[in-house]
Order: sequence, then structure tokens, then C-alpha cells
Amino acid sequence: MGLGQGHIGLEIIMDEALRNELKRHGILTTTLEDLYNWGRKNSVWPLGFGLACCAIEMIAASMSRWDLARFGAEVFRPSPRQADLMIVAGTVTKKMAPQVVRLYNQMPEPKYVIAMGACAISGGPFKQGYNVLKGIDRYIPVDIHIPGCPPRPEALLHAFMTLQRKIDSQSLLGPERPRHLQAEAPSEFPVPEYGEHDLEPPKNGTLWQPPVLARG
Amino acid sequence: MLNLEQLKSRIEAAFPSARLEVVKNPGAPGQDSLLLSDPARAREIAAWLRDQPDLRFDYASNVTGIDWPARTVVEKHREKQVIDGVEREIERATERTIPGCLEVVYHLYSMQLKHGPLILRMRTRDRAEGVHLPSLTPVWRGAEFQEREVYDLYGVIFDGHPDLRRILMWDEFRDYPMRKDYVEPDDFEYEPTPHGEVLERARPHYRKPE
Repeated sequence: MGLGQGHIGLEIIMDEALRNELKRHGILTTTLEDLYNWGRKNSVWPLGFGLACCAIEMIAASMSRWDLARFGAEVFRPSPRQADLMIVAGTVTKKMAPQVVRLYNQMPEPKYVIAMGACAISGGPFKQGYNVLKGIDRYIPVDIHIPGCPPRPEALLHAFMTLQRKIDSQSLLGPERPRHLQAEAPSEFPVPEYGEHDLEPPKNGTLWQPPVLARG
Repeated sequence: MLNLEQLKSRIEAAFPSARLEVVKNPGAPGQDSLLLSDPARAREIAAWLRDQPDLRFDYASNVTGIDWPARTVVEKHREKQVIDGVEREIERATERTIPGCLEVVYHLYSMQLKHGPLILRMRTRDRAEGVHLPSLTPVWRGAEFQEREVYDLYGVIFDGHPDLRRILMWDEFRDYPMRKDYVEPDDFEYEPTPHGEVLERARPHYRKPE
């Protein structure tokens, strides 16, 4: 790696033509950032954790027919301490929501969340019920949302590849750097309490605000 | 199929103080049910139903609840009246309030004799204070979780239940969600395609037009 004019820290800009020229002579060059993200995106270990019928599709995706191992994610970890990815697969009831947030808080950075299925992203068919949370993104930051009831394993694979692209495109410097490289960024989020009528608070206002819809 | 009228007279013969009523189901013939109007001796009657050699209702397959809010019915009836020496028929309407109650329904089968269901109903006195009913878990062990569920969602308190706690909602929860007058928490701030009742609830959250 050579440091040229206008280069800062880890961000190495090598001329593409020079790189190709070196490659022709058997010299491979890369950047620390590429290497770092390449390693991260190809060993994202999910938390072995399912809530409802979507979990069955998640299990199918991890088995030989769809083979999540092709993406380096076959190791479903039984402990949140060893997991990088939380796949919220299924209906999050209000009784379950504090446990889901607690599991998320127990995961070490860098950590990512895929909300899988209509229930996990919005409450799904149970949206107007009294006991189902209207989307886990009210309490924890979600990276990828997958619609579907349940989404097929292909949809989970697509979400996974989307997540890999997201990790790959993360710059290690600057304001857009991943959260685990920002010392001041929160890694844990408040766990809701069981209230007399609903969860307290019903949503984390810093994470989720209702989108503004244009109404006629 | 059981003849409910015969069963009713047999129970009345065995328990002289019991008050029973056959509730007709107009929609489904053969699915009438037996209402224990006075649930005080319900557990003895249940044990009797389980132990009689020709009945042997050994399996409570389902326990559920019904909420009956107080309602007003208008009854019209015609009566003859003499007005100015002429007899006329006048229609009168009287309003009557039927007090609300909670009802618990047990579906009983006999595994041994392969008959059933016998549908057994009990009603609480009202929907506020007198919500106590005798638990039938000591008779049918399998009713335990289902009675907890009825307690959780309707608020019927089963006296004599071994472990009466909420089963679906959390312990701190105070409402009974399956009651007709239950009001959900107001979290309708984001409804992409609301209609009907949901639209009415979502509307207060809409932004005022600028």
C-alpha cells in the first residue's frame, strides 16, 4: 500500500490501471477496507432464534437445498454473544418483544438485524390485534426488511445478499462508517417494560417515527 | 346422540337443588347445550357426569368463554283496549334490559363410550364483581390451561383452580382483551391502507392539511 497525495488514513486510492497492470504481473493489491469488509461480509453468523412460522423458512434456508452456508452464514449460534446477525423470523408478540430487545443488546458489535416476514416488519395479519407488536423496528434498528407471509428461502437469501452488499459498501472512515467504529453510537437500546395496558414505552421514538403519508 | 331433556331430568333427580336449562341452538340441530343456571354445585355435577357408567364424560376437549354485555331489547306486544266504547287493538313497546354476564362453555366427550359432545355452560352473575365460577379442573385436569386462558382473556375467576394466572398476556396486564368493551391501546399512527373501524381509529393521527 502506498500513500499518495490527498490520501487519508486507511483510505487508499490506487489507480485502477496501475492495479490491473500489477495484477498482470502476478501482484495482487487491495485495501485494508476491502479486506476488512470482505472478511466481515462472508462470515456473518446468525443467532439461532425463531419466533413463528417464518423460522421454518429460515431453517429451510440454512439446510442443504438452499444452503445458506454458501454465504458463510451456516453457523447459527446458540448464544447472542457469538452472533453477528439477528434474523427476527416471525410474529413478535408484545410479551416477547422485551426478550428480543434484550437478546439484541447482548450481541456484540458489529451486529445487524434482518426483519423477516410481514409480522416482524409490521405486525402482519395480526396488526390490529391487542397482543402483537407492529414491527420490531419500533425497538431495534433493522437493516433489511423482507416482506412475505412467510417469505420463501430465496427471499431470505436475497436479504442476506443485500446485507452483504451493505457491509461491503461501508466505509471505515467518515461519518458513514459502521456503528461499531463510532464510539458515541449506541450499541444497546432500552428494553420496554410490561405496562398495565401496553408496553412502556410503546415505541422507541429515536428509532422509529411513523412515516408521513399523503392523504387525500 | 344424547337426549338433553332426559339428561337434564336425570341430573335433577340426582341433584334436587340443581337448576338446569336446555339452551337451543337454532342454527345447528343436535348442538343444543345444557346451562347450569346455578353453578354452585357444578363441580359435583361434573364429577357425576364423568363417573356415571353410561355417560363417562372423561374428556373436556374445549373450554371457551363468551362475553354478554348488558343489552336492551324492545318488545312489542298488542293488547286490546276499550277507548270511547270501541274496542281497539293497540301496539305497545316495552324496553327491557338484560343484564350482562360472562359465560364459560365446556365441550365434553366420552373417550371410553365414544359419544359426545355434551356442551355445558355456566354463567357468572355479572361482568364486574360477581365473576366467580367453580373451576372444573379438579374434575378434568386438561381444563387447567384453558380455564387460565378464559381468566386471562375474559376475566372469569375460577374458584378452586390450582394455578390461576394469566397465560397469554403478561402478569402486569390489567385488561381482558376478549371482552366486547375492551379498548386497545391507541397505536394506529401508521396504517397504510386503513378502512372501516381501523380508518376511524387512524384518522385522529392524520396530519392536518396545510
